[in-house]
Amino acid sequence: MSQTQTKPATAGSPAPRQKPARPRPKAVVVRGEGKFAVFLLLPAALVVFGVVLYPVIRTLLISLYKVDSAMPGSYPFAGLSNYTKVFSDPSFYPVLGHTAYFTLVSTAVELVLGMGVALLLNAPLRFRWLWRSLVVLPWALPTIVNGALWRWIYNGQYGVLNQLLGTDTQWLGSPFLALNMVIVADVWKNTSIVAFFLLAGLQTIPAELHEAAVVDGASKLRTFWSVVVPLLKPSIAVVLVLRTIEAFKVFDIIYVMTGGGPASGTQTVAFYTYLQAFSNQLFGYGAALAYLIVIAVGALAMFYLRILRQNQLAGV
Amino acid sequence: MRNRPSPVLYIFCAVLAVVVLAPFAWLVISSISPSNELTAGTLWPDHPTLARYRDIFTSSAGGDNVAGTFRIAMLNSLIVASCTTLISLVVGSLGGYAFARLRFRFRRTTLFAFLAIYMLPPIALVIPLYLAMANLQLLDTKLGLIVTYCSIVTPFCLWTMSNFYLSLPIELEDAARVDGCSRLGALLRIVLPLARPGIVATAMFGFLLAWDEFLYSLIFTSTTNAKTIPVAIAEFTGKFSSDFGLVAAGGVLAALPPVLLALLFQRYIVSGLTAGSVKG
Repeated sequence: MSQTQTKPATAGSPAPRQKPARPRPKAVVVRGEGKFAVFLLLPAALVVFGVVLYPVIRTLLISLYKVDSAMPGSYPFAGLSNYTKVFSDPSFYPVLGHTAYFTLVSTAVELVLGMGVALLLNAPLRFRWLWRSLVVLPWALPTIVNGALWRWIYNGQYGVLNQLLGTDTQWLGSPFLALNMVIVADVWKNTSIVAFFLLAGLQTIPAELHEAAVVDGASKLRTFWSVVVPLLKPSIAVVLVLRTIEAFKVFDIIYVMTGGGPASGTQTVAFYTYLQAFSNQLFGYGAALAYLIVIAVGALAMFYLRILRQNQLAGV
Repeated sequence: MRNRPSPVLYIFCAVLAVVVLAPFAWLVISSISPSNELTAGTLWPDHPTLARYRDIFTSSAGGDNVAGTFRIAMLNSLIVASCTTLISLVVGSLGGYAFARLRFRFRRTTLFAFLAIYMLPPIALVIPLYLAMANLQLLDTKLGLIVTYCSIVTPFCLWTMSNFYLSLPIELEDAARVDGCSRLGALLRIVLPLARPGIVATAMFGFLLAWDEFLYSLIFTSTTNAKTIPVAIAEFTGKFSSDFGLVAAGGVLAALPPVLLALLFQRYIVSGLTAGSVKG
């Protein structure tokens, strides 16, 4: 992981880029900054790298061996066979499909709804604090509680959804429907954070720009597309990538709502990895799956960091 | 933008309120409905009861006593999340300052390495961490969870604090240095007090992050010694799916700390997000 991450830093900027416009007495201050930085960073580095570095390397090693509980003690070297097994595993592709579907649909819906909520919260409403507090609530609800709650709402026999609609649908009873119902629960919780990200972006847009657009006779829709959206692009990009990464890693809500069922219909990559490693005790295979997730998330993260760097270049 | 908003916006607000509050209301109503009414399909219980809350707060833990387990698990969560937040905040505030104000070699590389670790999926680390925890005899202990959670929360604190320092004027530090303050002295006496809003916001986010964590806790804990509240709730959701009342009561209690924190510090969230992400 650290390998993939050092790339953008070194490849993109061969010379350390200085922040513009920060005049300071260089000759006096810069001396010893490195040592002081090490002093300040050492505790954090110990806490983080001490815990993470070992597992990252160890996972890579485990993924190269055939490690399972059936044969304690002797672990034959497996080379890349755990990795090739992933791609010849017939149950892996549906899992990948569910993950892609979950990620795309939940992120897209959250972005659209979140934008609406952000625009609403940015309007000069009365009781603004009340509406904002309201929107914070679902985000603060722990994921597991959210999952347990929606599972109960969807309950075919006693669920309030069926009572309200007067139906007796088994909402979590068929694979594709269940996947979509999990997405609804996820959207309910996470639209909040998307809205707050976009609201933070909206607040950096000066009011004069709106006024100028109004003076120029632009309609509200036109102003939104031609003034707001372009200026909001950094915020949109950041929240899109963050949500994509989060959605791609989704595990908790699947675990508590459906347990991957029915008929494996809601299994995602992270959940499948968990099953292989901890239920089936195929640690080598699980580690290979985990590393493929790391590579995928790493690619997304690099994309994210590139956006951040562009923002910085643009002076946002 | 200074003109009054149209009434249509308030209709949207009302819709928003219903969509947000209905599931919360259902959680609370379920938690106070007697079991027979819970399965009878009444929207409001005829005989609301607080018995489940009383059970959670008073009954002894152990064996199959769900209510008692919830109480212990919540206490575990409080301890683990608080310790994690405290440690991460201290080391993150120091390290964040280095990124914000100092020029040193590999600055960006180090910063990206911390960020990358924050984005790593827990599932990728959990197999070898489990083995390491077993070797160190840290499985099923709060200390094991705190150590693990710090590796998630610290990069986050580092990143948001660093961005918060960047938003502070540098002149005050420079003035303190000219007046003879040491670098560390200026950080402790001038910068940190100024950064208090950032510290509050970061602490809140960090606490929420630790409170919500599930996978590590699921795999590292097995008894009430260290089991956290999300794990307790997830376990009993599967086991007693028709007696949702107790899960709901546990859920209400599990939701209280983060919901209260978020409401209390709501105004910091937007500024925290602005500092934490968009400014980079």
